[in-house]
Amino acid sequence: MSTTIAAPPDKRVLITKPRTSDRIFRGVVTAFGISALLILTLIGVFLSVRGIQTFHSQGWHFLTNFKWEVVQNDDGTATSNLGIGAMLLGTILISIVALLIGVPLSIAMALFLTFYAPAKLKTFLVSVVDLMAAFPSVLFGLWGFFVLMPMVTYWAKLIYKYFNWIPVFSAPEPFFERSPFTAGVVLAIMIIPIVTSVSREVFAQTPLDRIQAAYALGATKWGVIKSVVFPFGSSGVVGGAMLGLGRAFGETVAVFTVLNIVFRGNWHVLYGAGGNVASLIILKWGESTGDETTALLAAGFVLFILTLVVNLSANFIVRRSVKSGK
Amino acid sequence: MTQINQGDDNSTNEGESMTTETVPSSLAGVAASRSSSRKPGTLPMGAGLEARGVHAWFNKHLALRDVSLDFGFGTVTALIGPSGCGKSTFIRTMNRMHEFIPGAAMAGEVLLDGKDIYAAGTDVTKIRLQIGMVFQKPNPFPSMTIGENVLSGIKLAQLKVDNKDDLLEECLVRAGLWSEVKDRLSAHGGSLSGGQQQRLCIARSLAVKPRVLLMDEPCSALDPGSTLRIEDTIGELAKTMTIIIVTHNMQQAARVSDYTAFFLSDGGPGQMVEVGPTSEIFSRPRDKRTENYVSGRFG
Ligand SMILES: Nc1ncnc2c1ncn2[C@@H]1O[C@H](COP(=O)(O)OP(=O)(O)OP(=O)(O)O)[C@@H](O)[C@H]1O
Ligand SMILES: [Mg+2]
Repeated sequence: MSTTIAAPPDKRVLITKPRTSDRIFRGVVTAFGISALLILTLIGVFLSVRGIQTFHSQGWHFLTNFKWEVVQNDDGTATSNLGIGAMLLGTILISIVALLIGVPLSIAMALFLTFYAPAKLKTFLVSVVDLMAAFPSVLFGLWGFFVLMPMVTYWAKLIYKYFNWIPVFSAPEPFFERSPFTAGVVLAIMIIPIVTSVSREVFAQTPLDRIQAAYALGATKWGVIKSVVFPFGSSGVVGGAMLGLGRAFGETVAVFTVLNIVFRGNWHVLYGAGGNVASLIILKWGESTGDETTALLAAGFVLFILTLVVNLSANFIVRRSVKSGK
Repeated sequence: MTQINQGDDNSTNEGESMTTETVPSSLAGVAASRSSSRKPGTLPMGAGLEARGVHAWFNKHLALRDVSLDFGFGTVTALIGPSGCGKSTFIRTMNRMHEFIPGAAMAGEVLLDGKDIYAAGTDVTKIRLQIGMVFQKPNPFPSMTIGENVLSGIKLAQLKVDNKDDLLEECLVRAGLWSEVKDRLSAHGGSLSGGQQQRLCIARSLAVKPRVLLMDEPCSALDPGSTLRIEDTIGELAKTMTIIIVTHNMQQAARVSDYTAFFLSDGGPGQMVEVGPTSEIFSRPRDKRTENYVSGRFG
């Protein structure tokens, strides 16, 4: 006896026909969603295309060259020797100072807001911190210049006096005004809002049952923070710090206001000479022509890549620590 | 105020509950066998824990009214009652966890060795070291290994221990978890099953050597197998400490406890209706409401 197994029927094609209104809405939303990516790509492409000449003529030397010189020749042409080494070094130096000062302050602030502040004070302070984030950076720059700088210069002198045996705290000459340290302090204050608000949010999400478990084991408040809140929130804090770093990298006006921009490879934080890539562009933009303009666009491209890398790695770190941590 | 002490257990329990089997006979039977298996005379006598006129509020809402209970050292007391009658609230006033809830307040006294744990100047962290707590939902620290979890209390309270490995093993053995995890002490706490996690939490509370252990529905999230293992653990632990356990499982109350306290809220604040040796509460409760509850006619 043979049995014929019926062949399975053809698969049905399942179609959901969205309503027209739904389709239009989806189209609009998709268009706007993609446009963000598109704009970002266009900026990157524009900068790289316009700056490519500089990379062609200079190569990697562009990143390590500490000079930024344009010499007018007698025959009307110009010879240029352009590099952003000094500015890159300055960017890194200032950002490190900003993070070293800003992140601990932000964590303390976030802890206070989440675990210590009375409810009313908390609401008030949170809105103050958020307001700080919305402030135009030139205000920070001006305030930094007139109010903060004298103070910071004094601290710089103290640090120099006691720690100048540590290479970064030494200085070629005792000139401490408008140093990378000053700019770093101003930037630290500027990144506090973002780092604080990200940290505060993750701290507040610490599971209550873990907090209670620690208390039930006889932990002090600080013990709870150390053993439960930090392990839970570390990824968020790192993410917040990276966002702060992104801001510190790109900050233009405030740095421009407080820093003594000098094209010299200066790694002495306390010494009044430095700059960053963004402030270089602002400084040279108005008067530049020809090669110099191209070089500025190339510098912009470098800044673009830097910011992209920082933000992508912020994402990566956050995801990795989410996986292992919780 | 209701007083219970070791003497009661010795003299009254064993004979009586065996003979009188009124309301649910099975429970009474379980409770009786449980009580007769205990040898209270061998327990070290201590002042234990005592609640005196405890009231508890959440903001303006009075959730618990005037509960007085005496927990003799080395006894297991089950707190039973319908949902919302204030069992959790009461147990949380016993180690000052209640006050973490914003707006929470209390009145009355809780005496540990005759000293009020709410007295001004009391170091709350020290109190919680002596009165440990196991929660309804297993809550190991997920970023720590199994070993670190057990010893976390030592670290948090900055206690000195001579031999951490010994303590680790001792706690895990007492919590009935040692054989299952001894080969993977450095695995993460979150990698255990729910029942194992709960025993890990028990082991964690044991490490700081509490004299009282509060358990708020410790088995409600667990399977019957894990539940039985934890009940065994409770029986073991009761040899050296006082245990207060909240449970919705009558069988469990009958199996593990020496005394049972019945809580009830008649729409208003929760109150303690009755307390007594477990076998009596399940066989011949004095209050009609208790009888209705334990016989399943109510709640
Ligand atoms: N955090 C809180 N805020 C306000 N009211 C609360 C809070 N926790 C409990 N209550 C109230 O206190 C009363 C007692 O609650 P409790 O949690 O002690 O009950 P329970 O006996 O443990 O109930 P269950 O068996 O369901 O766990 C209830 O009326 C409840 O609404
Ligand atoms: Mg409860």
